[in-house]
Amino acid sequence: MGITASNLTKRYGDQAAVDGVSFEMSTGEVLGFLGPNGAGKTTTMRLLTCYLEPTAGTATLDGYDIHDHPEAVRRRIGYLPENAPLYTDMPVIEYLRLSARLQAVPPATIDNRIQTMMDVCGLGRERHKRIGELSKGYRQRVGLAQALLHDPPVLILDEPTTGLDPNQIVEIRELIKEIGQEKTVMLSSHILKEVEMTCDRILIINQGEVVADAATEELRQQFRGGAQLRVAVQAPDDTDVPAALASLRGVASVDGSEGTYTLSATGAAPPAAEVFRLCADRDWVLTELTPVESSLEDVFRELTETPETPPDAAPSSDSPPATAPDEGRTGRHHS
Amino acid sequence: MHAVLTICKREINAFFDSLTAYVLLVLFLGLSGTFTWLFGQGDIFFVGQASLDTFFQVAFWTLFFFIPAVTMGMIAEERRSGTLELLATKPLDDMEIVAGKWLAAWLLVAVALLFTLPYYITVAQLGPIDHGATLSGYLGLLLVSAVYVSIGLFASSLTRNQIVAFLLSLFLAVFLHLLFGQMAVVLPGALADVASFLDLQGHFQTMARGVMDAASLLYVVSLTLIGLLAATVSLKSRSWS
Repeated sequence: MGITASNLTKRYGDQAAVDGVSFEMSTGEVLGFLGPNGAGKTTTMRLLTCYLEPTAGTATLDGYDIHDHPEAVRRRIGYLPENAPLYTDMPVIEYLRLSARLQAVPPATIDNRIQTMMDVCGLGRERHKRIGELSKGYRQRVGLAQALLHDPPVLILDEPTTGLDPNQIVEIRELIKEIGQEKTVMLSSHILKEVEMTCDRILIINQGEVVADAATEELRQQFRGGAQLRVAVQAPDDTDVPAALASLRGVASVDGSEGTYTLSATGAAPPAAEVFRLCADRDWVLTELTPVESSLEDVFRELTETPETPPDAAPSSDSPPATAPDEGRTGRHHS
Repeated sequence: MHAVLTICKREINAFFDSLTAYVLLVLFLGLSGTFTWLFGQGDIFFVGQASLDTFFQVAFWTLFFFIPAVTMGMIAEERRSGTLELLATKPLDDMEIVAGKWLAAWLLVAVALLFTLPYYITVAQLGPIDHGATLSGYLGLLLVSAVYVSIGLFASSLTRNQIVAFLLSLFLAVFLHLLFGQMAVVLPGALADVASFLDLQGHFQTMARGVMDAASLLYVVSLTLIGLLAATVSLKSRSWS
């Protein structure tokens, strides 16, 4: 069943926060939802969880349409909004009890489910602390626990690992992977590494539109150009190293200066042997010879980079979406 | 219904877990107690009748300020901190959220009024009190509170700022509390009749005298429902552009 979105659109005035987003995902899939800040990730998730109503288009979750059966949809979703907004005045266990009741977990099983979820999310020792006293990492875990309480078939997690330390990130990542084996999980992030490691599939969105939708591996393959080599050499000052490197067989172009260069190869194999022989012949000292992996980072940049001020854009079309709450940040990060 | 009660319970717990409930109860009882018993001019001893009418008049005014203070944060704070998103994505209708919060605030007012029962007992010891009128007066306070709570929630649903919500609900309530009554005096003919019907204070005075008439009841219940509906629509308006 999973999630099907067709042509989801959300407009605020003239500005489209989400513009015709369509995708499909099936049960047992972990989908990474990527995009720069303000690209429309949060808005899309809010549409899927029936927090907002789309201007146009629709989506079905686990077979239920968001227009026709919003309550049925919400019963089947575990949702963790960005920054895990929880009632800070409540003790952890009370909060989970409240969530369970609101999610209509059968009363007889509530205590059992809460115990299980606290074990899964490692909350046992913090159970009686007020949520406001918890560190960011533990708060995130409480958020995750409340999303999992009613054993939903679909999980929607908005930036589940922000604010966590590296150990916690690894733990949450493992947890998500485990959960993802039998559920449909959609998680958003602007951290590529994370998505690369956790998700089977990646959906990249930019300025409200889907710019890529493919399996993680496929996406990396698709955008891998010719192989690249990073080369550092110590040569006498008067020698023109770049020119010598460029003249090698199999080298398409040479970038860089001051002893460190990046070579782009014409073929699939990096011309490491040629570089080594060149250095040996000329008696240069070769200090580095590293193949450069084209990473998703590059893919991401290529797909989402927009000039800061498009030269032909009218001022009105470039103004930030002032009416779009929480998505109105204009700064674009490519971290 | 189940969800309404769950939300109501959580709100009441929140009132009593924080200092909010205690501070407000002490303020309400302190103010109304002072003006009812100790103020001299116009207090129960000054009036010299075994009647709680003095208290009802004082409480009518105290609740006017007390209720917006209870309701101001109920939705505004959820909006500000983002918890509204988590609440609204649970399988419940926005109406149930509003209803649960309304019930909680109204019950808190009821608790405050319950603490004034010793007034009743005391006055009943002092002289022949009109039990019917007293009951009707308490009912009147509960009904007026129902209206103010729902107005307060509507105001709270419009903003993320508690102070704005507080002032806004005072602004809306002052029409019912005072201004329509004033208009009834100055407006001509039929308009005066309309204003006089809209004047909540007029309806309350009738109830405090021991008369519970159907028109008053209908008016108060409608006002409450309108407030609840307006708050619900305001919650749903997050989708509008």
